[in-house]
Amino acid sequence: MAYHNPPTTPRKSATFDDYTLSEIRRAAATGIYDIRGAGAKRKLPHFDDLLFLGASISRYPLEGYRERCDTSVVLGSRHAKKPIELKIPITIAGMSFGSLSGPAKEALGRGATIAGTSTTTGDGGMTEEERGHSKTLVYQYLPSRYGMNPRDLRRADAIEVVVGQGAKPGGGGMLLGQKISDRVAEMRTLPKGIDQRSASRHPDWTGPDDLEIKILELREITDWEKPIYVKVGGARPYYDTALAVKAGADVVVIDGMQGGTAATQEVFIENVGQPTLACIRPAVQALQDLGMHRKVQLIISGGIRNGADVAKALALGVDAVSIGTAALVALGDNDPRWEAEYNALGTTAGAYDDWHEGRDPAGITTQDPELMKRVDPIAAGRRLANYLKVMTLEAQTIARACGKNSLHNLEPEDLVALTIEAAAMAGVPLAGTNWIPGKNGF
Amino acid sequence: MPATPMSKAERDQGHARVFDLSQHSLRELNEALHKLTPGSNETAWEVLNPKGSHSVAVGVDQPVSIDVRGSVGYYCAGMNDGAAITVHGSAGPGVGENMMSGSIVIKGDASQYAGATGRGGLLVIEGNASSRCGISMKGIDIVVHGNIGHMSAFMAQSGNLVVLGDAGDALGDSIYEARLFVRGKVESLGADCIAKEMRPEHIELLQGLLDKAGVTGVKASEFKRYGSARKLYNFNIDNADAY
Repeated sequence: MAYHNPPTTPRKSATFDDYTLSEIRRAAATGIYDIRGAGAKRKLPHFDDLLFLGASISRYPLEGYRERCDTSVVLGSRHAKKPIELKIPITIAGMSFGSLSGPAKEALGRGATIAGTSTTTGDGGMTEEERGHSKTLVYQYLPSRYGMNPRDLRRADAIEVVVGQGAKPGGGGMLLGQKISDRVAEMRTLPKGIDQRSASRHPDWTGPDDLEIKILELREITDWEKPIYVKVGGARPYYDTALAVKAGADVVVIDGMQGGTAATQEVFIENVGQPTLACIRPAVQALQDLGMHRKVQLIISGGIRNGADVAKALALGVDAVSIGTAALVALGDNDPRWEAEYNALGTTAGAYDDWHEGRDPAGITTQDPELMKRVDPIAAGRRLANYLKVMTLEAQTIARACGKNSLHNLEPEDLVALTIEAAAMAGVPLAGTNWIPGKNGF
Repeated sequence: MPATPMSKAERDQGHARVFDLSQHSLRELNEALHKLTPGSNETAWEVLNPKGSHSVAVGVDQPVSIDVRGSVGYYCAGMNDGAAITVHGSAGPGVGENMMSGSIVIKGDASQYAGATGRGGLLVIEGNASSRCGISMKGIDIVVHGNIGHMSAFMAQSGNLVVLGDAGDALGDSIYEARLFVRGKVESLGADCIAKEMRPEHIELLQGLLDKAGVTGVKASEFKRYGSARKLYNFNIDNADAY
């Protein structure tokens, strides 16, 4: 009887996986790096790796649906004459008109206003859609200074000096020609149809000492009324927080690498910056070391999806969180109802990230007049408001279970970690142990 | 500083509201300027003892005249929208940053980033300007009597930069649609910036700017024009070595 050679199962490389192979082939065929929207897609230590302990014999809970659990937050109380008061500690992150359609910006304003929170401009100036429909609007002060003018500075409710963002700490913006419509071109003082590269550095200041003088100028122009935020990508959270405080910031915003972008190189998004979870404790530590925790507020963003993420971020010491990608999904981004059109673009609902190409079937990341009609700003705004309310209720549910009558009373002692990495980053014990990696020399 | 001739404000008014920064705070000065309303009688202001203060006369949005007697620090006249501001001294970094309209005259020299991101109005620097003059300019007109430093008009989008003297390295790097006119030597041009023909309309434009800036004894025909080659406007991998 002939010996039968049993075949081995074909094995693909973990290093050269299907995605990697496809990317090599794509690069070889086109000679250009891959540009896409959104944030880091790789698996990262995140809030999922943390659990709340809830109540027990030594901790008693609050009654759900009965006892109050405060969700409000005040931002900018350090220097601003008119701090921002929000009903919920979840804000809408900066996303540009240009990257997003006018109706999408309007929907963000409407949803945020119903939910009692703020929305934020982006790298393209302030539009009437968002100013008109946002009760509280944060105006970004970016390296490009597109659309920047003193009138809009004064009609903003706060100013956010953007040093960087989580998807690309050290990178500038990019808006390809197909999205530079007449209106976008005019707002950015650029010819229509050209690839537009926003600067990565501010044109008129460099370093923390200059930043302090720049913040003084912005305060003087706005008569010290507006809270001034400083936003950085999740790079060196301890030092960036300390330097922002030193420069006079009222609020520090840190965006982890899961935070989205309108368009950046894939290699940049996935390989530069730190995960959101890794940024929180160093930033809180910097504030505590300076005696400024809760005096200078800390906002964290990048991968916030639900009320549990909100509660965990607050328990680790932040004052508020910010959402971008999740807000777009609430508006209708990547909705399976457009699956056939996603397929035609060579992708699938949930994976569509070519936001820079302006062909978004959901009508959100586009300047195409026909596509943007698909966003009904009133209905989409309502969905965003619903989503924000659900997140808030979820966070309250957890806080009550931990016996807290305010979301801001949540604390690291309410948490354990499921992995050693998350335990080390969050500074909470590994579940089932009293071990916090890195503490006490171990 | 030697005594300087009277400014327009002084000639027009004969008297001005005097604000002495050795007696009052910067906050008081800017607050008073921001309280001005259209039709205000206080159309002429004089600021004494600036002593290098930052943010002097920022965010002014009324057509008043302001004479600053001495040198100023960062961001003097930042976001000016309509005022005629004269600094009888030198200016620190970012003078006239993001100006919307109006005019700024610096009798001395200006530090880096002069006129950065300016959208309109006229900035005249009677001395020299340092590096990054007109960086990211978006419609402002800048006239420099002396020389300008390196990386000037970096990513300049719109407006006109006129230099009676020389320009440093990498002039107009990554320039968009701004026009650059240099009378002297250019150390080097930045990526996508090229010398361009001076056509009659450019001579006319430049002569108008020289006249507006009060420059005499200099002919527009003595200048060379520089601007964008427009080769980097849409990404092409074969241009990668230009970056």
